[in-house]
Amino acid sequence: MGYIVESLRQLAGAEPTRPDKERITSRAQEVHDHKRQNPFTKAEFEAIYEEHGTGRTKWRNRRWATLILVNLLFVVSYYFDIQILEGALTASRFVGFHMADLNSALQVMLAYKHLVLNLVIGTVTVFIMWVLLGGRTFCAWVCPYHLVSELSEKLHLLLVSKKLINNHTFDRRVRTLFYLLFALLALVTGYTVFETISPTGILSRALIYGPGIALLWVGLLLLVEIFYSRRAWCRYVCPIGVTYGLVGTVSPLRVKYNVKDCHHEGDCRKICLVPHVLSMTIKGRASNHDMDIGADCTRCGMCVDVCPTDSLNFVLGFNKKSSK
Amino acid sequence: MSDIQTKTRAKTPGRKSLSGKRKEQARREFLRTSVMAAGVVGFSLLGFLPVVQGTSLRLRPPGAIKTTDDEKEFLASCIKCGQCVQVCPVQAINLSDMDEGFGIGTPFIDARAQACDFSCDGLQCVLACPTGSLNHDLNFPADTRMGFAKLSRPAACLAIQGKGFKGQARGPDYKGVLRYDEVDRWNPIPVANHPYDLELCDLCVRQCPIEIRIAQCAEKKETASGAKLARVAEQVGNECPPVHAIALEEVAMPNGEMRTSPVIKQGCVGCGVCEMICPPEPPAIVIDIHKITDLG
Repeated sequence: MGYIVESLRQLAGAEPTRPDKERITSRAQEVHDHKRQNPFTKAEFEAIYEEHGTGRTKWRNRRWATLILVNLLFVVSYYFDIQILEGALTASRFVGFHMADLNSALQVMLAYKHLVLNLVIGTVTVFIMWVLLGGRTFCAWVCPYHLVSELSEKLHLLLVSKKLINNHTFDRRVRTLFYLLFALLALVTGYTVFETISPTGILSRALIYGPGIALLWVGLLLLVEIFYSRRAWCRYVCPIGVTYGLVGTVSPLRVKYNVKDCHHEGDCRKICLVPHVLSMTIKGRASNHDMDIGADCTRCGMCVDVCPTDSLNFVLGFNKKSSK
Repeated sequence: MSDIQTKTRAKTPGRKSLSGKRKEQARREFLRTSVMAAGVVGFSLLGFLPVVQGTSLRLRPPGAIKTTDDEKEFLASCIKCGQCVQVCPVQAINLSDMDEGFGIGTPFIDARAQACDFSCDGLQCVLACPTGSLNHDLNFPADTRMGFAKLSRPAACLAIQGKGFKGQARGPDYKGVLRYDEVDRWNPIPVANHPYDLELCDLCVRQCPIEIRIAQCAEKKETASGAKLARVAEQVGNECPPVHAIALEEVAMPNGEMRTSPVIKQGCVGCGVCEMICPPEPPAIVIDIHKITDLG
């Protein structure tokens, strides 16, 4: 229950809660105390980096391969008429079975105000699928905008490191405002307003049916992300992420954190799209020995790749309050 | 630049200015966030313009849930996936771009480039639609009302001029395809590969999918007998279109002269094949999307 509440708070844009002293389990407290008494030396750090090596890309490679494969499947299904995955990311048929993007389906239902059976079937199918697969997994493993945004992010970070630009943050709560506003706009205007500017839908259709002027909007978003604000769309705007985040609160597929070997150097938080979900990796903040990363996590696995001490890992299953 | 300035300034004094700096940062973030939110929502609402101005109105695929001048339900219910595009055997359906605002990603037909000739027979786009934007109650081509044909430039009409037509209807480079039952029952072929030699041009009538079906039904009726005849009778008004869509008739011109002219009938579904096949450029006959009947 605590997991769901904390996930929802973070999804809504609240800062992660600091655990009260008395909420920290004795086992976790032992680890914290031990680390306080025996701080890691610089040599130890270096030895660990030496041993693990940097620049591991195991999960990133798997993820990029999956993302490209899914989007390619849409393209070749149409191009070669092999009918495996017909449609676009907003709605499709996978070997005949209806699939509907949860956020697009929500927008349509709010705007149209009718429940259409095929759409309900597609929505339920996709809902179950993402409950099993982790909710915002959609963002990192399927969404084509995520990939181009990830590449622009590299450019952004390069420019920041050269001190040519500064990163500008926004208030994360604005994403909740967008979510409610676009839902309200669909309901009140009777049009799927968000669909007009959704880079996910635009890119998916551009890949399958050919480019259009809508790509200029996607280009503009990328320019903003490169020169002004890191990963701005995914972090502060996209309602699709919120929808899948909500699904993720009940998903058993999560990244798990184990505090014992962690050096709290913060590499994970530096590369993370949603670093607030990793707040328990800050020194002294873990309330349990083992903890699940919140539902705003896109399960991209970059933290798993980057962690020099293997303290972050993918798990399937719910973490008990005090496991082993 | 100004960020760096605040940073250096904040280094010197103690607690009070630190919290002041933090306050300033929060204020700036709030401003940035407000501007960004207004910008994104404002931009998305620009999508209203083409809808309000009516520039997003288009010839839509069969069964689109809309009235002649109101596409609201259609735009609301369409999930913008393009499954209708994928199943169309003549690739008549395109998706709208961002310049059509809330119409982005919705299907339309550019009849002059490629009309819907119903060569799928079963209305595949309707069956493919996951949201019922293309009405599933529609069973046969004759049930649809996409628009209504209109003789917009009678002076250009070859039939009215008493002229015939010889050659490729739309020239050698035209990419459009149609199904010619007598050539291939199942696969549409390029119009450019099917030249005509007509004493009097009747392409709009000859290629009308509704008229072709009416002729086929009449033929079936003639050759059928007994039980078969009952089946054909059942089909009349069903698969067999009940009303004619277009015919060549003797019509009095404004100057009183009698000429042969295409006349659009109540059975016209607005598929656009007449607009597609009409040889003059621009065509003498077009689809009026603001009408589905000539009763007003």
